Amino acid sequence: MLLEVSGLNAFYGQNQALHGVAFSVDEGQMRTLLGANGAGKTTILRAICGMVRVTGNITFDGRRIAGRATEDVVRLGVAHVPEGRGTFLRLSVEENLRLGAMTRKGKAEIAGDIERVYVNFPRLKERRGQQAGTLSGGEQQMLAVGRALMLRPRLLLLDEPSFGLAPLIVEELFAILRRINEETGVAMLIVEQNAALALELAEHAYLLETGRMVMDAPSAVIGADESIRRSYLGY
Amino acid sequence: MELLLQQVMAGLATGAIYACMALAVVMIYQAIDHLNFAQGEMAMFSTFIAWQLIAWGVPYWVAFAVTVMVSFVAGVLIDRVLFRPVQRAPILSQIVAFIALFSILNSSAGQIWDYTIKSFPTPFGHSPMFGGTLIDTHEAGMIGVTLAMLALLYLFFRGTRLGLAMRAAAANPESARLVGIRVGWMTALGWGMAASIGAVAGMLIAPVVFLEPNMMLGVLLYGFAGAVLGGLTSPAGAVAGGFAVGIIENLAGTFIPVFGRELKLTIALIVIVIVLMFRPSGVFGRRVVSRV
Repeated sequence: MLLEVSGLNAFYGQNQALHGVAFSVDEGQMRTLLGANGAGKTTILRAICGMVRVTGNITFDGRRIAGRATEDVVRLGVAHVPEGRGTFLRLSVEENLRLGAMTRKGKAEIAGDIERVYVNFPRLKERRGQQAGTLSGGEQQMLAVGRALMLRPRLLLLDEPSFGLAPLIVEELFAILRRINEETGVAMLIVEQNAALALELAEHAYLLETGRMVMDAPSAVIGADESIRRSYLGY
Repeated sequence: MELLLQQVMAGLATGAIYACMALAVVMIYQAIDHLNFAQGEMAMFSTFIAWQLIAWGVPYWVAFAVTVMVSFVAGVLIDRVLFRPVQRAPILSQIVAFIALFSILNSSAGQIWDYTIKSFPTPFGHSPMFGGTLIDTHEAGMIGVTLAMLALLYLFFRGTRLGLAMRAAAANPESARLVGIRVGWMTALGWGMAASIGAVAGMLIAPVVFLEPNMMLGVLLYGFAGAVLGGLTSPAGAVAGGFAVGIIENLAGTFIPVFGRELKLTIALIVIVIVLMFRPSGVFGRRVVSRV
């Protein structure tokens, strides 16, 4: 199993945000975390990357990573596109991409990967020298995904990739995510508000409610269950 | 016209002192996102180390290189030992730590080397240049070294991966961690570089203001002023700001009789305040462009 989580608790100061959460993602899989605002979806991604205080078990590729420093987890091959995208606004588009490969060696390989990102996201190529802060929301999200891919990750964590984007852009982005998964075999764990889209993209879904895992099932099953859709997913 | 030229040249010479210090100020600002009040004292202490080495018979350039390296290590240590534990503390606690560092360095320099004024050698000599009294070789050397440091910094930050990582760590520490950058070490590196630049500044300034534990008090203030005027986010702006403070000071002292010699620095600071009222991030400072 690539990522295995069990008995995970997370804390913000005195407040416990996750209660004994368990789930897993295997090589090449696409899975999604669903739930209302404040259910703890983002906290799970932050817990994996050592950005919040946790107890419990998280293993990545057989190694225990719970409580490890963020940069150490990243160096193992976990790329995280955070809420708000984490773009370096003052740096250029290309500098942002270079930063994604900061932990890798090999100039030629990195240059090749930048070109590959430009193939997936041609608009980034047009804007390669521009300050990242001047990009539109959709372009910034593509830059964030591109930057994450520059790590050559084995697991990609995506926090609300559709947030604030026009429906057409979201569709384009999700199609690219699917293609990247098929081409590179990178596993993805996607947090989404837009449950319908996420269920279409991922083969398996986890449903969270106030910090507890309440359902764990193939996307098709969750999508077909009208009462779950109504009470948890709002569509 | 000749008087104007003369005063501008004299201003450049004084400005080089401020520019040097402003560069160190910007360096630390980039690394820790605020000012280090002990920066001047760190530079002063480094200069005493160089003075001691030279007094022991070490050749100037060897002493120079050793001092720059020792200062770098000391800067890293100050970050690890003193600054890191208070990094997340409220800003006032940090300021107290800086003030403590300030007075520790100041009084230990006084204790070790006493408070008498010492002369410090210059490798450039003090002969007049261009056959006049406008500027001497030391001042020209100081301007040259400042510009060379600026060029090196530019190449480092724009052209190297490490430089890019440092910029990223300063701009957005959380995102920097998410691409695997060890932000803590980038900060330490920033401290080391700022300490080294400060050491160079101190060794260049000492032949002009003479070496003693309080030599940097005024210099640091105008170095700050220069950095703020040019923009704390821009090394080139800081250097330009440092030169500008020197020039404004000299011109005001000469051409506005009301101010004269005594108030010339005051007018320089007034000009700075006025500039900042219109350009709060400094003349060359970059504002973050963002779309919502």
